[in-house]
Amino acid sequence: MPEHSFLKTVFGRLTFESFPIHEPILLTTFIVVVVLGLGIVAALSYFRLWSFLWKEWFTSVDHKRIGIMYVILGIVMLVRGFADALMMRAQQAVAFGPNEGYLPSHHYDQIFTAHGTIMIFFVAIPLVAGLINFVMPLQIGARDVAFPFLNNLSFWLTVSGAALVMMSLFVGEFARTGWLSYAPLAGLEYSPDTGVDYYLWSLQIAGIGTTLSAINLVATIIKMRAPGMTMMKMPVFCWTALCSQVLAIAIFPVLTAAFFLLILDRYLGTHFFTNDMGGSPMMYWNMVWIWGHPEVYVLVLPAFGIYSEITSTFTGKRLFGYSSMVYATVVITILSYIVWLHHFFTMGAGASVNSFFGIATMVISIPTGAKIFNWLFTMYRGRIVYELPMMWVVAFMLTFVVGGMTGVLLAVPPADFVLHNSLFLVAHFHNVIIGGVVFALLAGITYWFPKAFGFKLDPFWGGVSFWGWVIGYWVAWTPIYVVGLMGVTRRLNHIDDATLQPYFVVAAIGALIIMVGILGTVMSIVMGIVRRHQLRDLTGDPWNGRTLEWSTSSPPPAYNFAFTPVVHDLDAWYDMKSRGYQRPAGGYRPIHMPRNTGSGVYLSTLAMVFGFAMIWYMWWLAALAALGLLTVAIGHTFNYNRDTFIPADDVARAEAQRARPAVAGD
Amino acid sequence: MTAPTTSAAKAARTYHLAEGEDHDHAGGNGATLLGFWIYLMSDALIFAALFATFGVLNSSYAGGPVPREIFELPLVALNTALLLISSITFGFAMLEMEAGRISGTRSWLLVTALFGAGFLGIEIYEFSSLIAEGATPQRSAFLSAFFTLVGTHGLHVFFGLIWIATMLAQIGQRGLGLDNKRRLMCLSMFWHFLDIIWIGVFTFVYLFGVLR
Repeated sequence: MPEHSFLKTVFGRLTFESFPIHEPILLTTFIVVVVLGLGIVAALSYFRLWSFLWKEWFTSVDHKRIGIMYVILGIVMLVRGFADALMMRAQQAVAFGPNEGYLPSHHYDQIFTAHGTIMIFFVAIPLVAGLINFVMPLQIGARDVAFPFLNNLSFWLTVSGAALVMMSLFVGEFARTGWLSYAPLAGLEYSPDTGVDYYLWSLQIAGIGTTLSAINLVATIIKMRAPGMTMMKMPVFCWTALCSQVLAIAIFPVLTAAFFLLILDRYLGTHFFTNDMGGSPMMYWNMVWIWGHPEVYVLVLPAFGIYSEITSTFTGKRLFGYSSMVYATVVITILSYIVWLHHFFTMGAGASVNSFFGIATMVISIPTGAKIFNWLFTMYRGRIVYELPMMWVVAFMLTFVVGGMTGVLLAVPPADFVLHNSLFLVAHFHNVIIGGVVFALLAGITYWFPKAFGFKLDPFWGGVSFWGWVIGYWVAWTPIYVVGLMGVTRRLNHIDDATLQPYFVVAAIGALIIMVGILGTVMSIVMGIVRRHQLRDLTGDPWNGRTLEWSTSSPPPAYNFAFTPVVHDLDAWYDMKSRGYQRPAGGYRPIHMPRNTGSGVYLSTLAMVFGFAMIWYMWWLAALAALGLLTVAIGHTFNYNRDTFIPADDVARAEAQRARPAVAGD
Repeated sequence: MTAPTTSAAKAARTYHLAEGEDHDHAGGNGATLLGFWIYLMSDALIFAALFATFGVLNSSYAGGPVPREIFELPLVALNTALLLISSITFGFAMLEMEAGRISGTRSWLLVTALFGAGFLGIEIYEFSSLIAEGATPQRSAFLSAFFTLVGTHGLHVFFGLIWIATMLAQIGQRGLGLDNKRRLMCLSMFWHFLDIIWIGVFTFVYLFGVLR
């Protein structure tokens, strides 16, 4: 029928069947999301906040605001990813013997894929990017990043990717192929529906954002350090950020290429990763893991940086072994690039290849161990203040070391042949990512929140968050380690052997305890805002910090520093304080700052439309969106008026405000 | 590393730049060129991944055509010459830019674009005649890898042409200010980078392909 083919031309493969109106769980979720979304839109309109949000936040090129928006994105997506985790835990706690549970495999497979994809790409990466964005320029005494507009664009591209993943909940379906979408399962032959396409396009768009952001941050660290801050006087967090982002630049292009080739396989019928016509599926595995393994270090190196800053601050001591910490970071960066094959020792590359990768993997534990000892020796004979961030550090050391050791165990190829694809592996990487990365991010958010907003997070709920996460982690993952060692494989939505059920029930209880922790995290922000007057910090230096970010006011002014700081020592702010530094009270100059722009939002929206059109085979829309992308991008380059000056009077006013000891009211 | 705290050292230390020197921002400190160079390295890694893929798949003919049957070296040699010459003409454009001559810069950029367009035209002709002969990207893994590697390079040249066109307009509008000079430096790095990639393609794909 001509009418039918007309609809096909317009809507591609999108039909009424694509909307999951028959699935009660999804329909309910959809209705809740729509109601909540409408509520938020209504509230924003009622309080006339749209233009404020647009002018001050969405189009902002201020690294601090972009950092905060990254963190908000990460926390929102954490809730989504965790909802997936709870559903899996619930399914695995009940689906034994005759009980099939409540999630059919079709649905369950989408959930574990979405969980992994979201937690890495849209929780961990945005949170790490957010903290680096916020903290690093302040720590190096800069006024912004090297490319402020690019920063805004990177953020919104990440949002576009996240939005596409969320869309797959209600329009079509998400991939059922696991979080790395291995070929040949992810090829068109075995996964003909939209799932893998959602996966590919959302990660491609977000991945470009992450690469651009990494380039930006590296250029910033290399080119924009305050005078006097040589590389070896840079705070450890900046060093770890530098290594992490250099690594990101080295790996994301490989992932982009792998996804690009898989896209060609799926859209044009090429034969890179197919079983027939000469394709090589293992090529895909190699490429995604050349990205995948270093990616763990992209996340955990800044985490190590956060722990270093916190340990030094809350023990009141200079970090023990600063230079060994730097060298350890660099060594880990290099080694992490040559270990990827340990993810598939079972591929059959042979004993020599497996030995090389196994030994390289084990060697990583040496610099990592050096770091642990550095933190311990920093604490040794220090005046340890057990504020919440420091508690996270201790919890991290106790938890992470176990994860590190199971990692070394898995690096032994013969052991890996037994444990490959078992729940032991799943427990291992949750151990290092929760115990290493998530704890650090929560610690870092607690530590730098007063810098960003001028008041601390609510300590009671912070404690709930801490104990919920730490106890919940151990209760949830210890039984998984045990059943994994007994041979249970991953990604099962039903287990025949009912004697294993108690382990999974305990794991589900652990997940609920973690939920209390997440509630605590959210509540510590909410109650912090409610009780902001009691929790306010007017000094700008609530923890007696040691690095430059604590030398400016909280929240810092748009220009960060009225005068560019000059650095003489590692722990620059501690040096300034201990030598009786006085803030200059006058002589301000106009400050040169970048102008806000909406181009980032426009480009990212068009990228999202392009992705959506490609997923649904709406070729006309994809062509239109691509043309739009090109036009807006070129149009943006015709805008030469990108800078503005903050007048000296405004600087003087902002600085005077800060000097006033107590401000009544707000 | 801590220096002993003497009162003399105390007095000597200043903790901020007294005259609000413009310490930051792209442009003044070469951050843009560094950032663009890092971007090129990331792009080089994409090509590295494509080269590696080609390396793995370059004898997976699946019963289809082999390189010797489909590659026309004289045509590719002509193509290579066009691209290499376009790098030289871009160099002339940069010399004109250094001398501050707007029309000279624009003319050499135009010449570069013409050579680039010639390169692309020949590549499109090569691809279409291969496809007409049945040597399509879908025929075998070797051909998939060949078309993707060479095509990705071609796509870069295409975007380079769009960029040159944009720069021609922008130089026409605003002459050779600092902004435009910086952009031309980036574009120049991009164009020469594509040349380097092409030398790899010519050697490893075409020459080694015909030898095999």
